[in-house]
Amino acid sequence: MRRNPWIGFAIRRTLLLLVSLGVLVTATFMTVHLVPGDPVRAALGPSASPQLVAQRKAALHLDESLPAQFGHYVSGLARGDFGESIGARRAVSDILSERLPATARLAALAFAACLLLAVPLGALVAIATRGGRRRGLAAGFSVGTGVLISVPEYLCAAGLVAIFGVTLAWLPIAGADSASAYVLPVAALAAVPLATLARMSRVETLRVLDQEYVRVARSKRLPAVRLHLRHVLPNALTATLTIGGVLFGAMIAGTVIVENVFAWPGLGSTVVDAIVQKDYPVVQAIVLVLGAITLLANLVVDVVLGLLDPRSLIRES
Amino acid sequence: MRRMLTPGRLLLVAALLALLALAAFGPLIWDDRAEALDTVALQQGASWSHPFGTDELGRDLFARTLVATRTSLLLAAATAGLGFAFGVALGLLPLLAGPRLRSALATTINLLVAFPGLLLALLVATIVGIGSKGAVIALAVALAPQCARLTQTLAGSVGGSEFVAASRVVGVRWPRLLGRHVLPNIAPPLVLQLAASLSAALLALPALSFLGLGVQPPDYDWGRLLGDGLDRMYVTPMAALGPGIVIVLAGVIFNATGDMLAAALASERPDRGRRRRARRAAAAGPAVATADAGGRDEVAAGASADGGRAAAEPVLRVEQLQVALPDGDGEVVPVRGVSFAIAPGERVGIVGESGSGKSLTALAAAELLDAPAVVTAETVALDGEPVRELPRRRRDALLGRALALVPQDPLSALNPALRIGGQLTEAARAHRGLDREQARAVALERLEEMRIDRPQQRLRQHPHELSGGMRQRAVIAMGMTVEPRLLVADEPTTALDVAVEREVLRALRAANERDGTAVLLISHDVGVVGGFCERVLVMYAGRIVEELPAAEMRERAVHPYTRALLAAVPDMAIDRDRPLATIPGRPPHPREVGAGCAFAARCAHASARCAEARPPLRAHGDPAAGRRVACWHPQEGVTADTAAAPAEEERS
Repeated sequence: MRRNPWIGFAIRRTLLLLVSLGVLVTATFMTVHLVPGDPVRAALGPSASPQLVAQRKAALHLDESLPAQFGHYVSGLARGDFGESIGARRAVSDILSERLPATARLAALAFAACLLLAVPLGALVAIATRGGRRRGLAAGFSVGTGVLISVPEYLCAAGLVAIFGVTLAWLPIAGADSASAYVLPVAALAAVPLATLARMSRVETLRVLDQEYVRVARSKRLPAVRLHLRHVLPNALTATLTIGGVLFGAMIAGTVIVENVFAWPGLGSTVVDAIVQKDYPVVQAIVLVLGAITLLANLVVDVVLGLLDPRSLIRES
Repeated sequence: MRRMLTPGRLLLVAALLALLALAAFGPLIWDDRAEALDTVALQQGASWSHPFGTDELGRDLFARTLVATRTSLLLAAATAGLGFAFGVALGLLPLLAGPRLRSALATTINLLVAFPGLLLALLVATIVGIGSKGAVIALAVALAPQCARLTQTLAGSVGGSEFVAASRVVGVRWPRLLGRHVLPNIAPPLVLQLAASLSAALLALPALSFLGLGVQPPDYDWGRLLGDGLDRMYVTPMAALGPGIVIVLAGVIFNATGDMLAAALASERPDRGRRRRARRAAAAGPAVATADAGGRDEVAAGASADGGRAAAEPVLRVEQLQVALPDGDGEVVPVRGVSFAIAPGERVGIVGESGSGKSLTALAAAELLDAPAVVTAETVALDGEPVRELPRRRRDALLGRALALVPQDPLSALNPALRIGGQLTEAARAHRGLDREQARAVALERLEEMRIDRPQQRLRQHPHELSGGMRQRAVIAMGMTVEPRLLVADEPTTALDVAVEREVLRALRAANERDGTAVLLISHDVGVVGGFCERVLVMYAGRIVEELPAAEMRERAVHPYTRALLAAVPDMAIDRDRPLATIPGRPPHPREVGAGCAFAARCAHASARCAEARPPLRAHGDPAAGRRVACWHPQEGVTADTAAAPAEEERS
C-alpha cells in the first residue's frame, strides 16, 4: 500500500517549523547584542549609577559569554520565562499575559471577519459575473477592492476615526472597553486583507467555474448550492487560503499600527513604547510571540489546505 | 505601441513631475511659512488661509505638508534603493554558492518572505535606534526579502541556462558573468520590482514616523504630521486628514507609474485588446441572436432520422439549433440551424473537423452552454419534453435524470478535491431519491460494469490516484448512475492512447447494450465513429452536410466532404509509397462562411452554383433509409475521393 501522504507532510512541516522557530529565537536573541554600545546603559540612561548598570547586567546575564547567554535565553523560553523588563522591573511574561489577550482578540476577530466576508463575497461576485455578465458589478468590485488595497492600515484607521468617531460620533475611537470599541480597530485591520482575499476568491472561483469538472457537475443538475459549495468552493479555496496565511502574518504585524491608532491595550502598543524606551527584553519577547503566532498560523493553513485538497500534501515541496 | 501616450498616461506623467517638482522646490518656496510661528493662531481648524489648519505652535500645516514632500520622497527613495540592493545581493548569493549552501539560502529567503515585514522592521529599528536612519534601514531590511526571492527565481532560471554553463566552462568569472549575462537578462522585472518597492516604501515609512519610530522632531515628514494630527482629531480633523490625503495621492501616483511601466515593458502582449473586445461583444451578444436563422429548408429531422427504427418517441429531438458566440465587435455563428433526432438505445455519431461545431451542438442540446454563448432552437425535446420551455426546476430534474455527459479530457472531468465516491453518488441521490447506501451500491455496480478493479477502494480515492483510462471509465460509470436515456460523449477518447481508447469505447458499448442508453458520440475520428455508431451525422462549418447509416458510410457516402474525410483515413490496404491523402485547405472560420456551400472552396466537384446557393439538407435515395445530404453534386460510386484513394482504381 502507498504511504499515507500525511506522514511525509507532518515530518516536513514540523522540521520547517522548528527551523523557523530556531531562526526567530536566534534573531531576537541577537537583537540585544547587535545594539551598538551598552544596551543596559542605553536603556537606563546616562544618569544611572555604574552599580545599577552592573547589577541589571548581571540580572540579564549580559556579563556572561554569548553561548552561555543563549543557553539561558532558550532554557528560559522553555520555562515560559522571557526575562525581566529593564524599565518596568517586571517579568516580561506578566506583561505578555496581560497584553496578549487583547491583541489575540483583535487579530482573531479581524481574521474571522476577513475569511467569513471576503471568501463568500469574492465567490458570489464571481458567480454573478462569470462569462462576462454584469460588467458593472465586476468593474465596481475591482475598483472598490483596488482602493481598499492601496490604502495602508494607518490611513484607513485615520479615515475611520475621522468618519465614524469624529464626524458621525457613532463609535468609540480608543480603548477596548465595550463591544462597539472593537468595530473600528477590527475594520481598520481587516480592510486590506479582506479586499485582497476577496479579489483572490473571485479570480479563483472564476477559474474553477471554467473547469471541465464543473461542467460535468453542472450536467448532473445538482442544486445550485450543492454545486457551488461542494464542487467549486473547495477548489477555489486552495489558492485563496494560501494567500490567507500570508495575509494573517501581515495582519499580526498590522496590529502594531492599529493598536497605536486606537490606544488598544495590546502587545502592539506595548512594543512601540518598549522600542522608544529601549526596553530590549520586552521588544524581544513581543516580536518572538507575534512571529511564533504567524508561523503557527501558517502551519494551520497548510493543514487545512491538506484536508481540502490532498494533492497539496504532495505538491508542496 | 500606438497606445503609448493616452490622455491618462499623460496626466499620470504630469502628476509625477509635479510631485517631483514639489519635492525639489517646495522647501525653497514654503519653508519660511512652514516654520513661521503664529502665537495668535494655535491649533486652528481648516480655513482658507490655513487649508489643513495650524499646529500647536501656530505653524501652517498645509505649508508643512508641502515642505515635507522632499523628506518623505527622499527617505522613500533611500529605503527602496537600499532594500533593493540588499535584496538583489541576497538573491544572487544562491547562484554563486555551492549546491548545499544554495538550498539553505533559498530556505532562508522563503522564511524571510513569509515573516511579516513590519516585525522584521521593528527588530532592526530596535538595533539601529529610532530616527530617520533607523527607519530607512529597518524598512529596507523588511523590503529586501521580496526582491531577494524575485532575483533568486529569475537568476535561477538564467543561471541554469546553457549559455551560463558554457561561459563557466570556458572560464568566465562570476563578476563578469553576473554583469554581462545574468543581470541584463533579468533587468526588466527587477526594474518593476524597484518601482514597486518605491511605492511600498512611500506608504510604509509614514507608518514608522507615525508610530514615533521614524523621523524625529524638529524634522518632519508626512507620517509625523499625520501622527501629530491624529492626537488632535476631535479638534482639527484636517490636521490628520490633510497629510493622509497627500500620502494616498502620492501612493496612487507611484503605484500607477509602476503599473504603466509594467504595461510598457509588456506592451507587445497581444491578447489584451482581444479580450477587451470579446467582453464588449459579450455584452452586446443577446441582441443579435438570430442572425442566420434563414435556412429553414432542411428536412425536419424527426421525419427521416428514425427511418430504420420503429417510430418510437426519440430520446432527443433537435430542430434548428443555433449557437452564436461574441467575436470582435459582432458575433459568429458556429452552429447554424442543426436538426437531428436520436432514437432510444441508438448510437449516433457526429463527426467533423475541429471547429465544425460538433461539440457546441452536443453541449447546446444538453443545455450546458453558458453566457456568452447564445443558444436558440425551434425545439429541443428530451424524452419527448420540450427542455427549453420547462420551468427551471423541472428542466433540471429532466436533464439530471435523462442525460449524462462524458467530456473530452478524463483528467479534468472529475473534481480533484472530492473523493470518487461522493462524485459517483450525488447525482443518483439528487435525481433518483436514493439514500447514501443505495447510491453507493449503485455506484459500485456501475464501476464493476466498467471493469474497474477494486471498486470499493476506488470510491474512497481521489481522482489523482486513478489512471487516465480508469478515470474516463469512472466518468462513464458516474453518468450511468442515474440510468440516463442518453449519454452525450464529447470526444471521450481524444486524450487517450489507442489501447485505452478501445477500453473506453467498450465501456460505452456496455452501457448502451445493458441499459439501452442511447449514446451521442462526438468525434473527429471517422474510424471511431464508424466503428461504434449505428448512424453518423457529418458536420461541416456549423451544419449537418450528410446523415447516413454507419454501415454504409465507407461504401456509399455521397457528400464530397464525407468522402474526403474517409479517404484521409489510412487503412491496411493503402499504398505506402504514395503520400497520405489530405483535404486541401482549412475549414472556414465561422466568420468566413458565405452564401454558398461552405465546402465549395475545398471541393473538387464545386460548380458556380455551389458558390452562390447553399444546398439544403434533403433526403437522399429511399426516404425509408433515413439518408440525408446537403450537396448540389452528390457523388455516387464506391468509396471516396478519386484522387486520394488508390484502392478505388482497381475496384472501378
